Amino acid sequence: MAIHPGRGFACINYPIGMNLGGDPAQALVHATPDGKFMVTLSAIDLGQGMKSVTRQIAAEALGVPLEDVHVDTADSDTGPHDMGSFASRGTHRVGNAVIRAASEARAQMMDAASEELEVSATDLDTDGQGNIHVKGAPSRTITVAETAIAAQFKQGKTLSGRGIFLIEPSGVDPDTGEMSPVTTYAHAALVIDLTVDDETGEVEVTEINSAYEVGRALNPKLVEQQLIGGAWMGVSHALYETTEPYYPDRAHGPEDFNSYLMPGPGEIVPHNIAVLERPAEDAPYGGKGPGEMCANPVLPAIANAVYNAVGVRVDKLPITPEKILRGIEANGGAKPQGRPGA
Amino acid sequence: MAQTPVRFTLNGRETGLFVEEAANLLDVLRRGAGDISPKYGCGQGTCGACTVLIDGAPHLGCLTLAATVEGREVRTTGGMADGPGLTALQTAFMEGFAAQCGFCTPGMLMAAKALLDRNPQPTRDEVIEAISGNLCRCTGYEPIVDAILAASGQRGAA
Repeated sequence: MAIHPGRGFACINYPIGMNLGGDPAQALVHATPDGKFMVTLSAIDLGQGMKSVTRQIAAEALGVPLEDVHVDTADSDTGPHDMGSFASRGTHRVGNAVIRAASEARAQMMDAASEELEVSATDLDTDGQGNIHVKGAPSRTITVAETAIAAQFKQGKTLSGRGIFLIEPSGVDPDTGEMSPVTTYAHAALVIDLTVDDETGEVEVTEINSAYEVGRALNPKLVEQQLIGGAWMGVSHALYETTEPYYPDRAHGPEDFNSYLMPGPGEIVPHNIAVLERPAEDAPYGGKGPGEMCANPVLPAIANAVYNAVGVRVDKLPITPEKILRGIEANGGAKPQGRPGA
Repeated sequence: MAQTPVRFTLNGRETGLFVEEAANLLDVLRRGAGDISPKYGCGQGTCGACTVLIDGAPHLGCLTLAATVEGREVRTTGGMADGPGLTALQTAFMEGFAAQCGFCTPGMLMAAKALLDRNPQPTRDEVIEAISGNLCRCTGYEPIVDAILAASGQRGAA
C-alpha cells in the first residue's frame, strides 16, 4: 500500500459566447445633469465583475473618469434586452454593446461642447479627467459637467447612446455539418499535481500550475480572482460533487451540504497562474474574459493525473475513491505510469 | 404559538422583541430586527453564512434558539463600518478581492473578526481553522485567507 504521485495536463480552446440562434447584447448610456454617466444593462453581475468591467469600458469609450460612470444591471424592466450571463459572453458581448452606446453618447457630448466652445467637434478631445479641450489649445476648455448642463438646460439636447452588439445566427450547413459556433476563442493549459492513496482511493491535489490566454485582461485582479476561484470549482467537479452518484438510481443522492461534498478552506493548494495577453480583434479593448474556462481544464487534467498516478482511467465524474479502488482492483493493483524525466 | 420577550444588544443597541419559542436567531434578526446581513444559506449549520457573534464568539444563527440570547451581546456584519472608516479587516477583504457573489462574506467577516479579536496574529493554519465552517463557492478561499492574514496584527483590525 502506497501513496502515488501523479501529474496530469490538459489544454483547451474555449469558445466565448454562442451564436447558434444569434447572440445579442444591448446597452443604454445617458448623462445625468451633473455630467455623470449612467450605463443601463439587463446583463447580470453574479460576482464575476460585470459591473466593474463595463464601468471601465464605458469610462474609456466616453473619455471620462471611472468615478463618473455608474452601472445599473440586472433589471429587465429598465435595462435593454440581453441574453444573459452564460457561455463566458459577458465581457465580450456586453462590453462591445457598451462601447457602441458610450461612443454615441460621447459624440453627442462633443457636439454639445463644440457649440459652447464655438469650434468644430472634430477639433475637440477629452482628457479623461472630466474636461473637454481644443486639440493643441489646452486652455480652451469646458468641463463635462458644464457640457451636460448646457446640453440639457440651454441647448435642449440629450447626451445619450444606444448600443447593440449582435453575433448573427449561424446555421448548420446541411451538406457538411459545418457551422460557426463562436467568433472568438480563449485558451488555457493547466498542470495538476496530486497523490493517490491506493489503499483508500483518496486523491489529494498538491499543486496547480496554469496559463490562460484571455485577450487583454481588462481588470487583472478580477481575472486572477476568477481563475483562482474557478480552478477550485473545477477541482470540486472533478473529485467531489455530484447530485446522482449512482445514476440512474437515486439512492444515496445528496440532499444537503452534509452529503453534497465541496472542498473547504483546508483543501487550498498553491496555484501559480500565468495570464497571457493577446488582445482579440473583435473584443472590447481586446478583452475576451475568463468565464467558465477557469474551471474547465481542471477536470481532464485531474483525470490524467489520476491515470498517471495509479493507471486507472476514470471516465465518469466525479473521480471518487470508490471508482479509483474498483479500477485498481480490475487492473490487479496500482500501475503507476511514471513520467519522462521525473 | 406562544411568544416570549427577548432583550439583547444588537451591534451595541438595546433591542427587545417578542419571539416564538422555537424561533431561531437568524430568523429573528432578519425578520424581527430587520438586520438582513446574516444570510440564510442552508438552515442546518453546514454553510456558515449566518455566522454571528454572541458575546464575541462565533455562533450559527440558524442553529441558535433566539430565546437563548437574552441579556447577551449579538454582533453582525450589519454593525460593521459602512463607507469611510472601514476596519482593516473590511479593507483587506476589499483590496484582496476576497468576495465575488458576496453571499458568504458576512459569515466569513464574522468568523474572521472572532478570530482576530481573540488572536490578533494568527498563523495561516489558524485562519483556515477559523473559517473551516464557512463555505464559499466563488473564491477558492485563498483570497479570503490572504485577506484575514493581511488584516492581522493591525490595531483594531476587526
